[in-house]
This record gives sequence, C-alpha cells and structure tokens, in this order.
Amino acid sequence: MSTADKPVDHESTHGDVPDSFEDPGLPYHRPRRADVDPKAANKAERQVAALFGLSILGTILALGAYFMIDMTGEIASIRFANMMIGLGIFLAMMGIGLGAIHWAKTLMRDHEMVEERHALRSSDEARAGAIQNLQDGVEDSGLGSDGSGTSRRGLLKGSLITAVLAAPLALLVPQIGNMGGQWNTREFAHTMWRQGMRLTRDPDGTPIKAADVTIGSAFHVIPDGLNDLEHGKIEAKAKAVVLLIRLDPRDLKIQPGREDWSFDGIVAYSKICTHVGCPVALYEQQTHHLLCPCHQSTFDVADGAKVVFGPAKRPLPQLPIAIDDEGYIVAKSDFHEPIGSSYWTRLKNTSDGLSGDTEGGSH
Amino acid sequence: MGARVNAVAGGTANWVDERTSIGGFVKFFARKLFPDHWSFMLGEVALYSFIVLLLSGVFLTAFFVPSMTIVTYDGPLATMQGVEMSEAFASTLHMSFEVPGGLLMRQIHHWAALLFTAAILTHMARIFFTGAFRKPRELNWLVGFTLMILSLAAGFSGYSLPDDVLSGNGLRIIEGVTRSIPILGEYVSYWMFGGEFPGEALIPRLFTMHILLVPGLILGLIALHLFLVFLHKHTQYPGGGRTHKNVVGLPLFPVYTAKAGGFFFVVFGVIALVSAVFTINPVWNYGPYDPSPVSAGTQPDWYMLFIDGGLRLMPGWLFDVIPTEWELWGYTIPMNVLVPAVIMPGLFFGFLALYPWIEAWATGDRGEKHVLDRPRNVPVRTSLGVAIITFYVVLVLEACNDIIAILFHVSLNDLTLFLRVAVFVLPVLAYLITRRICLGLQRKDRELVLHGKETGRIVRHAHGEYVEVHEPLDEHERWILVSYDDIAPLEIAPEYNDRGVRRKGYKWDRFKQGLSRFYFEHRISPVTPQELEEAKHAHH
Repeated sequence: MSTADKPVDHESTHGDVPDSFEDPGLPYHRPRRADVDPKAANKAERQVAALFGLSILGTILALGAYFMIDMTGEIASIRFANMMIGLGIFLAMMGIGLGAIHWAKTLMRDHEMVEERHALRSSDEARAGAIQNLQDGVEDSGLGSDGSGTSRRGLLKGSLITAVLAAPLALLVPQIGNMGGQWNTREFAHTMWRQGMRLTRDPDGTPIKAADVTIGSAFHVIPDGLNDLEHGKIEAKAKAVVLLIRLDPRDLKIQPGREDWSFDGIVAYSKICTHVGCPVALYEQQTHHLLCPCHQSTFDVADGAKVVFGPAKRPLPQLPIAIDDEGYIVAKSDFHEPIGSSYWTRLKNTSDGLSGDTEGGSH
Repeated sequence: MGARVNAVAGGTANWVDERTSIGGFVKFFARKLFPDHWSFMLGEVALYSFIVLLLSGVFLTAFFVPSMTIVTYDGPLATMQGVEMSEAFASTLHMSFEVPGGLLMRQIHHWAALLFTAAILTHMARIFFTGAFRKPRELNWLVGFTLMILSLAAGFSGYSLPDDVLSGNGLRIIEGVTRSIPILGEYVSYWMFGGEFPGEALIPRLFTMHILLVPGLILGLIALHLFLVFLHKHTQYPGGGRTHKNVVGLPLFPVYTAKAGGFFFVVFGVIALVSAVFTINPVWNYGPYDPSPVSAGTQPDWYMLFIDGGLRLMPGWLFDVIPTEWELWGYTIPMNVLVPAVIMPGLFFGFLALYPWIEAWATGDRGEKHVLDRPRNVPVRTSLGVAIITFYVVLVLEACNDIIAILFHVSLNDLTLFLRVAVFVLPVLAYLITRRICLGLQRKDRELVLHGKETGRIVRHAHGEYVEVHEPLDEHERWILVSYDDIAPLEIAPEYNDRGVRRKGYKWDRFKQGLSRFYFEHRISPVTPQELEEAKHAHH
C-alpha cells in the first residue's frame, strides 16, 4: 500500500526509465472480520454448524418421505414422494456443501502462498540416460545395427510387424462379421408391400374402403398382415408405413408414367422421409403439404410429393394402388424405388426393385 | 482423549505407510497450492456431475432391463395399459412408478447428464478464452477435448435407452446419417443395428456402451486429465507476484479440501433440487417406440441440437435448381446429410482439437505459459471464440425453429431462410464486433494506466480552466493492465539465400507468417514506463 510514493520514484530516476514495469509482488493481505474479531469468528462457527444441522434435517426429511408416504398405486402420491425425497437430498447435500465452503472462507487461514514451478523438460542427464537405456535394450534384443546379420534381423522385424498387423483380423473379422446380422444391403430396397395387399389402418390393421377416404382426409396406413408377423414386425413397419390421402382429383397433378397409380384422387406415399428417415407425419389439408416434424422437409402431395422446402431432395416414393373386388384399397406392387434416406448404392437397388417387384415381388 | 486419537491415527498411518510409502504422496499433495478464481470451478462442476451420474446410474442399472423383446404393459400407469412395448421401455416405467425414489434417480441422472455436458463446454470455453491450452498444456487440451466428445457419446447412448418414441426417432436419424456415408455407410448401419433398423440388438449394445465402455474411458481420461493438472500445476490469472515461474494460491489441505469437497455437495444438492421439482424426459407421455408416429416439437437433448440444427438448415435444393444430393456414376452422395451431420462436425471438432497448435504456429513462442490471458489482450483468439460460439448458437436456434416459430408467431420457412444466411453472416459480424470491443477495452486500459482513474472531483485552475482530477492507479492495478505479452507478427528468413538458393520449409514459414499477421497485425501494445513518464509531464 506504499503505492503513493511510487511515481515519485520515477520522477527521481528520470532519464533512466526502465523498459518495462516491475512486478510489484504479492498484494498486501487484507484480514477478514473473523481474523481480527473473535466475536465474528464465533458467529461464523455457529453459522457453519447451523448449515451442517440443516443437512441432518434434510436426511431426516428424505428418510421420512421414503418410509411415511404411501407409494403403492396412485401416480400422484408416487410423484409427491419422489419430490419430497429429492428435496431431502437437496438439503442434506447443500447443508454440507455450504457449511464446508463457509468454513473455508471465514475461518481457515487465507494467506496466499507461493510455490516455484519447475520446467517440465527432463534434465539433459536424464535424457541421455534414457537414450542410453533404450540403445542398450535394442542391442540386447539383437536388433542393434552392428553391421553383421542384417538379413536375419530384417526377417525378424518384418515377420513381427506382419504378425502384429495381421493378428487383429483374427479377432475383428469374426466379431464384425457377426455383429452385422446380415450384409445384404438390397434389403433396403424392398418392403412388405405386394400386389393385391390391402392397405389397413395403423395401428389396428382394419382394411380401408375407397369410400371411407373422403376428400381432404389422410390415413396412416400399414400393410395387411403386418400385425400378425411373428418376427421382424417393427423392422417391416419401419419401411412399409404409408400415408393415404384423397385430394380433389382436379387438384392432383398426375405424374407421367404413374397414370394408374392412384384412384380418383386417392394417392399413397411412403411415410418415411427421404432426408434421414423420420416419419413424415403432419398433413396440411389446405396446402396439400406433408411436413416432416424432425427437420421440416415439406412435400407437395398434389404434385408427386415433390420437395417444396427443407433439407430433403427427393420426392416421397409413391405406392401404386388400386381397388379390389370388395372395394378395399390394395397395393399394385411394392414401391418402385427404395424408401427412406439416401445411401451409396440406392440407384443400383432401384433397378433391381423395379424389375423384381412389378412382376409380383419375388426375391 | 485427543492423545488417544492421535496415537491411533499415528499407528494407522505408520501401518499404511510401511506398506505403501504413502507418506511421500501426502507430503507432496497435502499443501499443493491452487490459485483461486470462480472460473476454475467450471471443470469441477463437470467432475462432480460425473460422480453424481455414476452414483445414480448404478441405481438405475438395478432396475433397467436392456431388452427389445416386446411385452404388454400391466402396471399402475393407466394410459399405457395393454400397450405393446419393449422391455426396456416397460422397465423404465416400472422404475419410475413402482420403485420408490426411482423416478427421482432417473431425473437426477438425466439432469446431471445435461449439466455434465454443459459444464464441459463452459469449462472448455474458459480454457480457450484465457489461453490455458498453451504450452505445456496442449496434451491436456486434447484429453479434455476427447472427454467432451465422450460426454456426447455417453449422453446420446443413455438418452436412447428407454426406447421411447422420441429417442427412437433420434436413432432413426442416426441410421439415416450413417447410411449417407459413401461406400461404407450401409454396412456400418448393419453393423451398428445388427441388421435392419431398428432390430433387436441396439438397446443391449447401447447399454453396454453406456454403462461400461464410455464411462470406463471417461474415468480413465479424467484420471489422466487430473494427473496432468497436478503435474503442470494450475494456471493463474495475472496479478502482482504471479509469474510464469511460480504458482500463488491456497493449499489443497485444508482450504481446497473444504471448498472443492464442499462444492461437490453443492453441485449434488442443486441437481437434486432441480430433479425433485422439474420433470425431464417424461417418456410415459411420449409412449414406446413405434416407427410410425412422431409429434411436432421433436428436439433432442440440448448437446445434440447443433447437429440437428445443421440437418434442418441445409437445403435439399440450392435456389430450387442445384440439388445437394448428388448422383454420380450411378452412386448416391447425399451432401444434404453429409455436410451438416458429418463434414461440419468434423471440421468444427477438428478445429477445436488442433487449436493450440494453430495458435502456437502464429506466435512462434516456445516458452511455458502459466499466467492466463485476459481475453481482451488476445483480440483475434477471443473474436474467433465468439464467432465459433455464434455459429453454434445459430445451429441450436435452427434446431428449435418450430418452437421459435410458434412462440414468436413467425413463419417457420422464413426463420429457416434467415438462419441459412445468418449461419454465415453472424459469425463474421460477431468476429468483427468482438475484435473492436477487445481493442477498445485495451485502449481503455492504456488510458487508465496513462491518466489514472476518474475521481469525479472537478477543480478550477487559476487561469479559469476546469479539469477533473485523475487519480493514478496503484502499482497492483497498473501491473494487471500492463503485464501482457506484446507479440509482433513473425519475421521469417527470406526465400533465397545470398547465393540465390531456395531454402527448404519456406512455404511452411510463409503459412506461419500469414497466420501470425492475422493474429498480431492489429494490436495495442501495453503502456511502457517511458510513455507513463511522458504522459505525466504532459499533465504538469
């Protein structure tokens, strides 16, 4: 705190000003109230003890809530008990924490101390020793380069490196080979839909008559028989879900080559987004737009489910539909392209899917 | 009594020491000094929330069944009666509504996970802005960076375990992103899911990853992280008596044992309070995973928002004519997925991981740095940091675009179009503005050193001039404002030597010089004693 006379120093040494300021050293330690006033110290001690006491109360509260509140049955009472136990834990922890910190801040000695740092670099001696030890080791192993027998050692090194590089394959190939379950990526291109398979409501599986689908309505659809699958039901559903929508036929722009894929304004599109595969679940009746809630890709149902906004690039795949003898809506084939998100060999799969499925789906 | 206790303690200490030579460790650790500053707590918050995660997680594993086998719900929750669901989801409901305190433990675990990732990122920002990553701490920056990545892996794998409809859609997005990777993607997807999505393997696999692999790695790396902190000794903020060669602070025992130990209980207490009062991830409202339904307002946990935001931001068509999903030679390359979900995070994280080296090339400084920078004194670094945070925040906002659109009655599409521009423009603006602010603050510091603090006292000179009296700074105040490194841009050796021979490594040096100019071309030098002298004479 003798700062006032520092400038005077500078004045007196005028003409000989240092290049940089000098580190003034550690500041003066200001005592706290509890350092100088025993009453304040006693008060701080009582506060710390009170906080620890609060913690004990918190523990009692948590245990009390656990044992006293009836937690069988009623959801509301279970949630109440959880809250009371939580508040008890809060007090139990907070009391200890604040008590300890208050103790440290008021009663423990707070004179800052100085410790020197040491360069992390090892001494030259230690480094030389390390290098010597490694050289000795290399020599002992027979790999040292003393001029003779290089071919033998070369063989040793080469075979060791090859063996070490190859050995993980013994472990990894069977592991990775089995973890995939299967590797046939053509599965991506096929769904459960077949010629003549009825479109049914999700989740109860009741078939849908064309007459049920009024203009402006949308149905969440699963293939008939999906609910009866013993295995792979959820995987099949993840690919086969469809949205069935009826537009005013005057609004519907039929896509070239798909003239017979719809019926009197009724169209069916895959519900799986062509961006990264979320269900495109939101239908705006007024605009005929389908919106994916995950990333807001927007598809125009009236115009081949083409992308009008958002991160998707491709239209939703269309499921060709027809009406069977009893008036129910049925699929005419599987999708003609892979549904869902894009992948490397998607176009290769497309041609396979097309030829395989229009003939009735044999794969 | 005291003597008896002392004798017993002494005897025990002797017994242990004779078998472990622990005396040396205690001597080394007990009075190790740590500097004091509130910002040093951020890393502690991360550590303590991890401990809370371990404690609550052990409880959850006692009740969670990591199985995708379908069961029919039969429990106290009326809305789920008779619903088909995986055992994972059913056991989550069971532990929430039939195990006393189970719901609380789930909430503590989830809140602690959110705090864990938040504390890591905030801690990382503190390290970044104060330059604590500089030599010798570059390796520890990498350890911390890896911990950050692992915390995201831990969070995401745990978030997906209840097998509810929200997290299930998150997994489907992961499947879509994985499949988008050229050549390997389809196979990696099969490898992860054990076949087609969703399969029956995923939840058990995520469970093992979540409770063994990732926390094991985190635990090991935390040990390494703390070991390096002890080895390097903690950094300190500038101030009188604090140099690159010493550490000024209070001892581990008793002060930091009480403060840091106490702080663990505070962190635990706060998590318990939040968990008791605020519901998080009410999977019983979402329902079990089903590939068909999804609701509006589907946001992942906050730490994944920036990737989700990127996916929302990236258009499938540029200006409605250029597709971002490419079809080349019969193969599909979905850049609309790869750019936001693979390439952008790769560059973002890559830049963060390499940052200590980038700055070291720019400064060319080889010395150990133990005194922290005041962010204003390194304007370019600070501005880069703010620009990165701005970029991140734009992506987070975009991930919440549907919620923002509803809350503020704006068009979702307009908001997205705006943010598509903002993601490029705002970081640049943030950079420029932050740099101006830093330079302004540095000039203010110079002003303070040269002319002192305003006192509010106005005096009138004999010749009638009114002036405000300025009080010079004391030497401690002044030291903080003048004791920073004034780094000039790198000078490099010329390309050709006297004999006209081109030297090796010139291009690399040119790169480093360019970087250095970018960092240090515009700089405000600290006041020198000479300048202070002159300022004083100008006054009198």
